[in-house]
Amino acid sequence: MILAGKSIFIRCCVMSGFLLSVWEVFTLISGIPSFILPSPSQIFSALTHTYSLLIFHSLVTFSEIVIGLVLGCLIGVLLALNMLLFQFFRYWLLPVVLFSQAIPVFAIAPILVLWLGYGLMSKVMMSAIIIFFPILMTTFDGLRYTSPDYLNLAKTMGANNWQILLRIRLPAALPSFASGLRVAVVIAPIGAVIGEWVGASAGLGYYMLHSNARMQTADMFAALFILATFSILLYYLTDFVLKRFVYWTTESTK
Amino acid sequence: MNYSIEASLRYHSSLPHIYQEMQFFVPEGKITCILGESGCGKSSLLKQIAGIVERANVNHLRVVNDKGREISANNLISYMGQSDLLMPWLSVLDNVLLSFDLKRPFFSKKSHNNSALHEQALYLLKELGVGDIANKHPDQLSGGTRQRVALARTLIQNKPIVLMDEPFSALDAVTRYSLQNLAAAKLKNKTVLLITHDPQEALRLGENVLVFSKKGKNTPLLTRFDLPNSSIPRGINSDFGKWEEKLLKKLGVIR
Repeated sequence: MILAGKSIFIRCCVMSGFLLSVWEVFTLISGIPSFILPSPSQIFSALTHTYSLLIFHSLVTFSEIVIGLVLGCLIGVLLALNMLLFQFFRYWLLPVVLFSQAIPVFAIAPILVLWLGYGLMSKVMMSAIIIFFPILMTTFDGLRYTSPDYLNLAKTMGANNWQILLRIRLPAALPSFASGLRVAVVIAPIGAVIGEWVGASAGLGYYMLHSNARMQTADMFAALFILATFSILLYYLTDFVLKRFVYWTTESTK
Repeated sequence: MNYSIEASLRYHSSLPHIYQEMQFFVPEGKITCILGESGCGKSSLLKQIAGIVERANVNHLRVVNDKGREISANNLISYMGQSDLLMPWLSVLDNVLLSFDLKRPFFSKKSHNNSALHEQALYLLKELGVGDIANKHPDQLSGGTRQRVALARTLIQNKPIVLMDEPFSALDAVTRYSLQNLAAAKLKNKTVLLITHDPQEALRLGENVLVFSKKGKNTPLLTRFDLPNSSIPRGINSDFGKWEEKLLKKLGVIR
């Protein structure tokens, strides 16, 4: 592959540079009106003109995403542990969890806004509801599919169940928790943005909705650009941290 | 001094017994090899003695010492399995010290801050010919090296009884031969129960060889095989070949 050995940063720059120039040329040639499809240069000028406003709304959305992630991880891991330790939870919790995922988050968004208000909390909950599911499932699988040979070895060394959980099961479940977290990081913004669409007084989703109503399409794209950049950065940051933290899983892709 | 062991095991009431009221003697301070074909129940026997058989319908085990007193083997054993079972998230040194680290309270220091243990682990690794890998991780090591680390992890527990379940079966012939020599040297004066399906291994390491045999529909028996009175590890020569032929005849492989 061309440039396959180069860093992800260079590949991102090259690929987005290429796509942006195609886009710019297309808007120039086709004469498409800017309220339908603004050109990259118009979006860039929207970014620079409204940056203080964008920074404010971005910070609101970013904090919703990050707090939602933390909360979703906590809920997911705690439920996974309970399902591992207590048969009661294994039997009775899973249907409830599946029910919570069967309802589209769009459908419960208005209810959450009604209950938790227009502020931060309703968006955080929305993110958390989306996120806890992949975390719960992957962590629970990691915990329960720990090789019985590892557990038996620990037993012959005289370890009790609590020590086995702490020293064997938890580290053994880390790689699958990491997979869950990678998924969660990517889908976390969905919850936050949907929440802002349904009812908010700040945030990138709110900003996009208002720009749309005023036909300020370039502003919408600017907000979208920030959201996408943040999500990608968050993913690579998470991936970077996880690779150092769960160092014993080796990739087999060349 | 001998341990007398009596064991019955059945996994489910709809299945026949794996073995029933099987009795055998294990001499203290010597290596006892239990030989049998795959699937005969020899690994189950070892797991039962190690106390790690789960969900069995009949799980009866009696270990009696010379004075006729029944003992519980649970605190006297260390166990080494077919695969090395090194934890991939721990360094070699941490793997060797696993039995100590498992029982450490959550916020206390790792046991290799205990310098005596640390020294002992490094010394053992050196004795086993892998002194320079203490800080590596298991996925960087070859199969033979991993098994040496597993042996070090078993030995450092310093328990009087060592249970080994085909510990060298996954290794190539050369590595197996040298590890058998090392094991024989390091396991001196320990009571060892070594499960194997390899007649050569039983003859090289066994100071007492028991053969798992099953006649027809009866539950299996463990019968003793008379050994040459040379000391272990026995070298391979023409005389060894004759003994191997004898053992293979007993196993029913050749007539």
